[in-house]
Amino acid sequence: MCLGIPAKIVDGPNDNQMAEVDILGVRRWVSIHMVPEAKIDDFVLVHAGFALEIISERFAAETLELFRQMEMPGTEHLEPLELPELPSQIGLQ
Amino acid sequence: MTDDLLGGFRDPEHARALVDAIRETAVEPSTFMEVCGTHTMAIAKNGLRGVMPDTIKLLSGPGCPVCVTANVDIDIAIETARQPGIILTTFGDMMKVPGSYSSLAREKADGRDVRIVYSPLDSLALAEAVPDKHVVFLGVGFETTAPTVALSIREAKRRGLKNWSALALHKTVPEALRALTNDPDVQINGFILPGHVSTIIGSEPYRFLAEEYGVPGVITGFEPVDVLQGIWMLAKQRAEGRAEIEIAYTRAVMPEGNPVAVRVIEEVFEPVDTEWRGIGVIPGTGLAIRAEFAEYDTRVRVPVTPPETREIKGCQCGDVLRGAILPFECKLFGRACVPEHPIGPCMVSSEGSCAAYYRYTDYGRS
Repeated sequence: MCLGIPAKIVDGPNDNQMAEVDILGVRRWVSIHMVPEAKIDDFVLVHAGFALEIISERFAAETLELFRQMEMPGTEHLEPLELPELPSQIGLQ
Repeated sequence: MTDDLLGGFRDPEHARALVDAIRETAVEPSTFMEVCGTHTMAIAKNGLRGVMPDTIKLLSGPGCPVCVTANVDIDIAIETARQPGIILTTFGDMMKVPGSYSSLAREKADGRDVRIVYSPLDSLALAEAVPDKHVVFLGVGFETTAPTVALSIREAKRRGLKNWSALALHKTVPEALRALTNDPDVQINGFILPGHVSTIIGSEPYRFLAEEYGVPGVITGFEPVDVLQGIWMLAKQRAEGRAEIEIAYTRAVMPEGNPVAVRVIEEVFEPVDTEWRGIGVIPGTGLAIRAEFAEYDTRVRVPVTPPETREIKGCQCGDVLRGAILPFECKLFGRACVPEHPIGPCMVSSEGSCAAYYRYTDYGRS
């Protein structure tokens, strides 16, 4: 449950510290109260409609790929992200 | 850590090198515990237990907030949903968790207005849309979730909402680790510390583990190689006779955490004693809504008396949560209790230890 999902800020922030983000292709408005310095095009970790921290773009892309591999609820329909350098299996088993 | 190193966090070669390093380093027999449901799933799914040397035992602790919620608290939520004029909103994870006699899913089937929301802010919006109902947000979760509910309470006050309140069942992690460390049934030699809880609180609140108890901890990310790195850093501390709180997950965690989030938690909530399933009451690990926000506290607005608590017969979820037994050591696991017909919360929640073991391993299949 205590998991932040990477998202990109695509609009805002507005006067009420809300910003529109793209999360796995879904757009919604989230609060940026906890990251007041966040701005458009930043990547943030989002949990329950709130941005928790600003993160790098590459970390965001890799984490989204991980969620897909973990079969997180809500990611079943997603196509694999285009990250050709990543192996599809870690291959430990 | 620079970005161009990040590719290595998925590289099988990097994983194998870390496994080799763990084997070389883990000379001391050690029991390491993770306390985060996402770590539970990452370890089970990637078969990390199977590649550990004999010297390392991995335990899953009370990292699933749904699982550690006490029956009495679930009973209070259910009783609240039964009151007239109430719409109870919560995260999807809470729906199927059994209380003493029912679950929110069963209450919904019986006609109570129970709705799943993605964010407490959605719950606020619902309250504005239905002024003739009282909308309750049932909040569970650790420090990652607590500030989102704290900010929602503050927002409700700012908007002057009269028909919304929060039933806060939040718990805080560090003092629970003290209770586990003091548990005579479980010897823990190191903690794999949660990534996004620590995004909020940083590393400082865990320091007593190292200083008072000599138990090291490593704040760890969620990729398989992250988890291996955390285990390796713990093994290294043991081998070198050190006990420190280290951050492996520097991509998302700073030592000071997120000070804005910590401040808002402290502004809206005060620490109280609270009951954890299987562990009992742990002083100061609950978060109660402060008196100045009482009009947004469901316990004040919609007081209820829950029925007498009843524990689930034969369920050892509590022993699983404190690491006293592994999931497959429960008599019900894989027999009476399976994900299709779960008996205890550790099998109900997708990130519960029992569900993770059942889904991803062959242990204990009858």
